[in-house]
Amino acid sequence: MIETSSLASGVVLANEGGGGLHSVAASGAYSALWLVVGLPLLGALLLLVGGKRTNAFGHILGTAMALGSFAVGVLMFVTMLGKDDADRSVDQHLWTWAPVNEFQADIGLHLDQLSVVFVLLITGVGSLIHIYSIGYMAHDENRRRFFGYLNLFVAAMLLLVLANNYLLLYAGWEGVGLASYLLIGFWQHKPSAATAAKKAFIMNRVGDFGLAVAVFLMFTTFGSFDFADVLGGSASASDGTMTAIGLMLLLAACGKSAQFPLQAWLGDAMEGPTPVSALIHAATMVTAGVYLITRSAEIFNASPDAQLAVTVVGAITVLFGAIVGCAKDDIKKALAASTMSQIGYMILAAGLGPIGYVFAIMHLVTHGFFKAGLFLGAGSVMHGMNDEVDMRRYGGLRKYMPITFVTFGLGYLSIIGFPLLSGFFSKDKIIEAAFAKGGTSGWILGAVTLLAAGLTAFYMTRVMLMTFFGKERWKEAPAGAPADWHEPHPHESPTSMTGPMILLAFGSVFAGGLFVLNESFVKWLTPVTGFSHGDLPMSEWAVTGMALSMVALGSAVAYVQYARRDVPAVAPAASLVTVAARRDLYQDAVNEGLVMRPGQYLTRLLVWFDNRGVDGFVGGLAAFIGGTSARVRKVQTGFVRSYALSMFGGTLLVVACTLMARMA
Amino acid sequence: MNPVNYLYLSALLFTIGAAGVLLRRNAIVVFMCVELMLNACNLAFVTFGRMHDNLDGQIIAFFTMVVAACEVVVGLSIIIAIFRSRRSASVDDASLMKW
Repeated sequence: MIETSSLASGVVLANEGGGGLHSVAASGAYSALWLVVGLPLLGALLLLVGGKRTNAFGHILGTAMALGSFAVGVLMFVTMLGKDDADRSVDQHLWTWAPVNEFQADIGLHLDQLSVVFVLLITGVGSLIHIYSIGYMAHDENRRRFFGYLNLFVAAMLLLVLANNYLLLYAGWEGVGLASYLLIGFWQHKPSAATAAKKAFIMNRVGDFGLAVAVFLMFTTFGSFDFADVLGGSASASDGTMTAIGLMLLLAACGKSAQFPLQAWLGDAMEGPTPVSALIHAATMVTAGVYLITRSAEIFNASPDAQLAVTVVGAITVLFGAIVGCAKDDIKKALAASTMSQIGYMILAAGLGPIGYVFAIMHLVTHGFFKAGLFLGAGSVMHGMNDEVDMRRYGGLRKYMPITFVTFGLGYLSIIGFPLLSGFFSKDKIIEAAFAKGGTSGWILGAVTLLAAGLTAFYMTRVMLMTFFGKERWKEAPAGAPADWHEPHPHESPTSMTGPMILLAFGSVFAGGLFVLNESFVKWLTPVTGFSHGDLPMSEWAVTGMALSMVALGSAVAYVQYARRDVPAVAPAASLVTVAARRDLYQDAVNEGLVMRPGQYLTRLLVWFDNRGVDGFVGGLAAFIGGTSARVRKVQTGFVRSYALSMFGGTLLVVACTLMARMA
Repeated sequence: MNPVNYLYLSALLFTIGAAGVLLRRNAIVVFMCVELMLNACNLAFVTFGRMHDNLDGQIIAFFTMVVAACEVVVGLSIIIAIFRSRRSASVDDASLMKW
């Protein structure tokens, strides 16, 4: 039966599916759920369809839509707080998209403890970044288009986390990919930005292919896309199927979350405007992979092989990003490498199963705060430094940008895991969870996370010291500077930019503490993701102690290298490892060698085959017919008498044949 | 007289007509040769009618005459039209082929 409930009345279909997700129909305050997605979508439509007419108020409208969505999100959260665990998750069936016999594609939203966390993060951080962008993009003539894309992104991301089935999730997944492409290439007049946008889009397609295959597999296995049916039925399907679905989901997560081996696009994505880097490529979109794995917890729980693959990918990426981050001189690329590494932490935690899901999400949220804050800080620095991104051309900026310095500093302390700040709690929990996995793999994963914590401290201290401390290297003209080079005049950014940075700094400092207080975050998410303590082979204090010593060690090394000595304004010659890290551990070379070149050869081969083989046959046939025609054409002389002759000849032939037939 | 002689005459006339059609350039002469061929056929038809003692051959000869009369009307008009536009009655000049 086709359910034709209307939007406005909020009449919904109760989802009675068994298994992981028990939920009730949305009613009361919950019936406004669709507005969370609807408002930013409306904003995007108005701004992108309205065109130049909306130029004057586009940025206000876009920000208002994001804030409105945040307000509805808060309403949802407050409503959810007032209910028992059992009643907290709700479904809102909006309409049936494509009902074809067995195939039911529904547009429906699902709100539970997990998705509400994402809704608050996306709309909250999203709103702050909208506000920041008003100032940051003030002088860009395409500011209205920028806000249209930002709204589009927010809407797509919310659709991704609120969808109640994998097909709709896929729609949101593609939507954020599109918005990411549009925003990375926002300054498309720069060839580097246009290329980076294409690179991100194409690498994401590889991951999206994985998600598509996973969705196909789910439909053939369970006959439905609904979370309730798929996750509820996961125990009944064969191990092989679950592993296949899990690995395909992991591929999807690798693409979207820039995990090994699909990580190469994230660094280039920094070509986009800095608010984009903060919102999409640090706080929200790149964490979609973590959401996907956590949401599909039942699938991964049913397949230890897929889980192992997830932890391996996470462990590789956490180190990969950290090593690259240690050598980058471009402040945004250093932060991007750090993002990759931190998401590696989350993926690793998500791969640990119920021990880690909660902490993956917790780190995701705190990371959303401090990394968005760090990126906004970087944007503020660039804003005051004539868009210079090379940290070797910074130095001593703390005097000129006190607010940026303090907010960036708090984000920095949070990310390296300074005690009692947000990052300390969330990262510490992941390290504990890695050890608590038990067995050899637990020890290896624990060691990896500890090592990465040290590296994180090193590269973030390096960023901090090179930017805000030391000599003011920007005062001297760089070698090979253009004739019209003039010294930058670093200055603090306007309030519309510093305001969001201050608020995010609050999040970076206090969020983690709030989450672990009374274990509130664990209790909140447990009904959705499940939770188990695992068994830690040592005391929690020992883990914390080791983590803190790694952090102290990393910071100390960075201090010796970048504070006690002067930082050269041009990158000095360095060891092989450093050079490799500066070149992103040759990720582009590897991709080019393994994928691009063979692809080009294959393409050339196909082109050759097309030119010679297919075109040769078709062309040969045409030439044959053409040649024959040219010869036959000569028969048509235009002389009546020759036609008459051929007529006589023909007649004679007919007569001769008739006679011969008679004779015989 | 032996009717076969008429057939010989008919064949001779037909050959003369055919040769004229193929060899002469003047459209009027070609036309006259066509008529000669038609009449040779008529003669053959009538002769066969006589030889087989029925009227079919003679009837067909009448049909041929009617058709030939129509053909003369149309054919001559075409020749005159061509002559007026091209100032020539040569059948070879009537070729409009580009190559």
